[in-house]
Amino acid sequence: MAMLSYERKYRVRGGTLIGGDLFDFWVGPFFVGFFGVATIFFAALGTVLIFWGAALGDTWNPWLINIAPPDISYGLGLAPLAEGGLWQIITVCAHGAFIAWALREVEICRKLGIGYHVPIAFGVAIFAYSTLTVFRPMLMGAWGHAFPYGIFSHLDWVSNTGYQYLHFHYNPAHMLAVTFFFTTVLALSLHGGLVLSATNPPKGKEILTPDHEDTFFRDFIGYSVGTLGIHRVGLLLALNAGFWSAVCIIISGPLWTKGWPEWWNWWLDLPIWGN
Amino acid sequence: MAEYQNIFTQVQVRGPAELGVAGGGAELGRTGAGGFSNLLGWIGNAQIGPIYLGSWGLISLVTGIIWFNIVGLNMLASVDFNVAQFVRQLFWLSLEPPSQSYGLSIPPLNDGGWFIIAGFFLLISVCTWWIRTYTRATALGMGHHVAWAFAAAIWLFLVLGLIRPVLMGSWSEAVPYGIFPHLDWTTAFSLRYGNLFYNPFHALSITFLYGATMLFAMHGATVLAITRFGGDREIEQIVDRGTAYERGALFWRWTMGFNATAEGIHRWIWWFAILTPITGGIGILLTGTVVDNWYLWAVEHHFAPQYPAMLGFGGYTGTGG
Repeated sequence: MAMLSYERKYRVRGGTLIGGDLFDFWVGPFFVGFFGVATIFFAALGTVLIFWGAALGDTWNPWLINIAPPDISYGLGLAPLAEGGLWQIITVCAHGAFIAWALREVEICRKLGIGYHVPIAFGVAIFAYSTLTVFRPMLMGAWGHAFPYGIFSHLDWVSNTGYQYLHFHYNPAHMLAVTFFFTTVLALSLHGGLVLSATNPPKGKEILTPDHEDTFFRDFIGYSVGTLGIHRVGLLLALNAGFWSAVCIIISGPLWTKGWPEWWNWWLDLPIWGN
Repeated sequence: MAEYQNIFTQVQVRGPAELGVAGGGAELGRTGAGGFSNLLGWIGNAQIGPIYLGSWGLISLVTGIIWFNIVGLNMLASVDFNVAQFVRQLFWLSLEPPSQSYGLSIPPLNDGGWFIIAGFFLLISVCTWWIRTYTRATALGMGHHVAWAFAAAIWLFLVLGLIRPVLMGSWSEAVPYGIFPHLDWTTAFSLRYGNLFYNPFHALSITFLYGATMLFAMHGATVLAITRFGGDREIEQIVDRGTAYERGALFWRWTMGFNATAEGIHRWIWWFAILTPITGGIGILLTGTVVDNWYLWAVEHHFAPQYPAMLGFGGYTGTGG
């Protein structure tokens, strides 16, 4: 059931971190494990609470449903459910689900005898989420500094938070993050395009080799990073995009409270420019 | 955890430089014997060069250098050729497009004329560089996927600097050349048109941008995790799937119930990457030409929250678009 032609021989026992053989089974294509159960628990509870929060609001329009964190006046305390308490529990559930998901990935890596790169990469994404919803609110002293759960409400939060610092594009970590995002997509299009162009040559031509890939890129820009290297480059670029995004928001408030354009004055005021 | 995790290349093997596959004249016009960099070798291939120049490459380089110099010299002129101030203010300096009053006519050199000339050279440089991606693929008998991906980026570039200014009837709509000035332009553009976050094509473009980054993290990490089984030999895995990609595929199948194939993942990432500038370009093109205020447009189409009338939107009645 739901098994690929080559799948059966890979479905071996073991590799679990917790629970031994107890949850060591599959449901359809999904591996379960202790952390699969934990993921289901947190994801289901969180989803139910999101629906509860939506029911308390004044709209069922999916673009507009909004579950806001507590008011700033609650500081770092617990708020009543209808006034941000739901947001707090949903945030706990999200962390539970994300972290359990990452640990389940570790178990799957161990089963398959492969490296831990994927769960580590996912960990960087979780870190960025925690920065927004936990670390920065804690440093600023109120859960109300976190972003609301809602499609357009969270965009409003990004807009408003950005303009609180006058012009967020001048945030140096934001500049780095955006540059990493754009560079990642550039590298991704080049990698996808290169592999497809080698394996999908014009009609009637034979499929090509990594030597052709290398040659194309050396002809093109004078350097080919190679079939192994491109995956390191891609992973590093992508993880840096997430990491610097986290940095750019955690320094906004805890470290710098003025407009970001002003931050650059240190450069203009260096004593080396003469008159 | 004690097992080997592929992070960087620990032992670098050096042979003679690979000079590239030959045949069909593809080998003509390559220059540089190829040097080696130990630093690059930690991540990927250590070899640098050879490179193919060719007449398109030459045109592209020359026009690109002319663009760069026009921009740089205009910035230098704006600080009265004071080199210290040029370095000090480099991020703030700008070569601005013409004033709005010139419309689509050719303005004087010092009021946007240089901007038009620089843009002309940049256009030639980018387009001839695109021709290189096309002709080099043809020479090697490869598909043209890289060229079409590059064309998607050129679409966004053309929308910003050529198509939208023409539709708006003024070169002043173009993006200035400069580090902070182009960021100022972006923010001003969003504010002028009522918050670009409410532009659905902007939302799509951001989704593809983040989606592409997530996919590259997933793909890069998966391949590094299965390199001990030869997962980096992707073409081999595409035509004759081995245990590397079987494990990579099963990792995702067991994690999220779905997996791509060795070839399919490259189609996913190619589409996510090219849809980023394609949808972004559509979003820019519609802004100011079709839709004048994205927030009010969103209110009209029931996906923006209604704020109180005291904020100044009270008198607004929808005008379509």
